[in-house]
Formats: sequence, structure tokens, C-alpha cells
Amino acid sequence: MHEWALAEAVVETVEKLASKEGAEAIREVVVRVGELQQIDLEVFEFALKTLVKNTIVEKAAIKIEVEEAVLKCGVCGFEWKYKDALSSLEEEVVEAIHFVPEVAHAYIKCPNCGSSDFKVVQGRGVYLERVVFNGES
Amino acid sequence: MERVDPRAGIISKRLGSVERIIAVASGKGGVGKSLVSTVLALTLAEENSVGLLDLDFYGPSCHTIIGAGEAEPKEEKGVVPPLIKGVKLMSIAFYSRDKPLPLRGTEVSDAILELLAITIWGKLDYLIVDLPPGMGDAILDVLRYMKKEEVLVVTTPSVLSLKSVEKLLEMLVKLKVRVIGVLENMRFEENRRVEELALKYRVKYLGSIPFDPAVEGSIGDPDALLKTNFSIKLRENVLRVLH
Repeated sequence: MHEWALAEAVVETVEKLASKEGAEAIREVVVRVGELQQIDLEVFEFALKTLVKNTIVEKAAIKIEVEEAVLKCGVCGFEWKYKDALSSLEEEVVEAIHFVPEVAHAYIKCPNCGSSDFKVVQGRGVYLERVVFNGES
Repeated sequence: MERVDPRAGIISKRLGSVERIIAVASGKGGVGKSLVSTVLALTLAEENSVGLLDLDFYGPSCHTIIGAGEAEPKEEKGVVPPLIKGVKLMSIAFYSRDKPLPLRGTEVSDAILELLAITIWGKLDYLIVDLPPGMGDAILDVLRYMKKEEVLVVTTPSVLSLKSVEKLLEMLVKLKVRVIGVLENMRFEENRRVEELALKYRVKYLGSIPFDPAVEGSIGDPDALLKTNFSIKLRENVLRVLH
């Protein structure tokens, strides 16, 4: 599953941050998942829990927060939510956006003016929101 | 802490078993860059494990040239590119399905990062990267994330192509990027313009490929494509400098 590749990127990056900070343990990791990527949260969480084994991240509390995807038209300024567009998209289109969110521009248009020149204001993909090392508050 | 994008951190691992990365670049479009990339990948694949990454998001064409047909990447703890005629191909066309894809600069970078972060290339002797023309996000991102890349520059002998390829060479030399050389494509008359340009920037002149009308009919048919004069000349000119 593609979720594994993203989970691997998260764990690898947390390890790199810990090494940069000289941290010996990590207390908390908060991962922000954008709705646009339609990540299977169960698979993603399972992948994270499997991949942290025998790493410095193993004992950290991992929190996953979902961020609603909001799109804004660059032409007329209209703002709308991805979930409103979701029901009209075919399954294979949703899957394509899942792999490379930018291809949304090939399939979604502004509901107000029909332009495909829109911006993903929030909720694009996976980010590390917070990493708390031991000793930090 | 500030939000951290985890994708950049995994790229070195994804490319960890790739021996050489060759980015094919040009100053202008329409000089045959995708054809050079695809035929180079097919030629190298006769004796090596080879990947081909199409980063020309506005006009992806490697999948058409190689005849990818219905082939698709597979999900396997990441995305595994399909193997076509011995070449592992990754292209945004698998996801945009040949629809127009209007992207702004930051979105181009985001899509490049995503592809680099999720594609499982495995062990490769060569990864050929087909870049869009010019000095935009794609080449800058490749230079940023693919640390061991080497650049093969393609131009036609037209003054218009040379003007922009000169700027590209100037940038690459300034950035101390390893330039394999400059390949002259679609040569239509006796001239030394490309050779002189290469000399000016102290990069290798890889030779020329005459305009070959037979190529058009071989698009999508790798076996026929490899028999064209274009492919034979490309093999002669480029393979010797790669070894």
C-alpha cells in the first residue's frame, strides 16, 4: 500500500530530526494528514506502528490528525471543500489524487466559474505537525 | 516547531540503490528530449537495469513513445513502476490519464516530491529523468533532491534553440553540475555551432543525430524505434561516454 511509503517517510524524518537534535527519546509525534490524499488511516497507523519498532520513535505517542481539504479558485476567489466534490468523482480519479494530489487539477473545476486554476489552501498531504523530544514540554 | 514535510527525507533512501541518475535537459521544447530519454533508457536496458522518470508534467510523452499502453504502477508499500521493454517507467500520465494538467510552480514541485517519495525503483544501474524544457522547478528540484545526477543536454542546431541552451549551460556550469555533454539533434545542415558552444562551456560535444523522418512511424513500438537511424546514432554518440 502507498500508505506504507508515506509512513516510512514520516518515521525516517522523525529519526533524522532526533539525530539532529541529539535527542535520545521521543515522547510525542503528531502527524497531520490532508483529506485530499484520502489516506486509509487504519493502514497508515498500522504502518507507522510497525515501522517504529526498534527505532528511537518506538515509545512515542503517535497522534494522527486529519485536516479538511479546502480549495480556492485563483480566478473568481470561490472557496469550496474537497468533500463536496468527492461524491461526483469516479473511484479511479479519487485513487489517482490519492497517489499524486496535484492531478486534482486534471479532474476538478471551480464549482462557481469552471476554472481548474485553483489552490489547495489546506489539507493536501502528510505533514509532521509536531515532534516532542524527551525533556521538552 | 514548524510543520515538516516528511517526503524530502525519504528520497535519498528511495534512490539509494540507483547507481547513476542521468537527467536529460534542454533550453527549449521540441528538440527531441523525450525521444532521447526514452531511446537511451531502452538502449541501456539491453544490458542494465534501467528506470525512466518523466517529469514533463505539461506534456508527458515517454509513456507514448515507449508504448506503455494499459500498463500501470502497482501498489506495494509504495508505488512500483511497470516494466516496459525492460524499462521501469514512472510518469504522471498514469495518474492524469492524458488530461490537461494546469499546475503552478509550487504544485509542480509538490508533485515531483510526491513521485520521488513514493516510487520504489529498487536496484537500478541507470535512472533516466526526462525533464521539461528550460530552467523551471523540475530541473531545480532534480538538482536539489537527486544529489548524484548528471545532465545530458539536447539541442538542435537552430539559433533559437542554441540561444536558450546556452543559458542552461551557463547555469549548470555555475552550479558545478556534472554535464555529460551536449547532443545535437535534428541536424539539418553542415555546421559547427553546437560543437563551438560545447567548447565555450568546456563540456563534451557528444556528436549529432540527423533529422530522421522514420522516427514518427515508430512511436509506441520500441522494437521498430530501436532500429531507426535516430536510435543507432544515439547509441553511437552517447553510450561510449557513459562507460
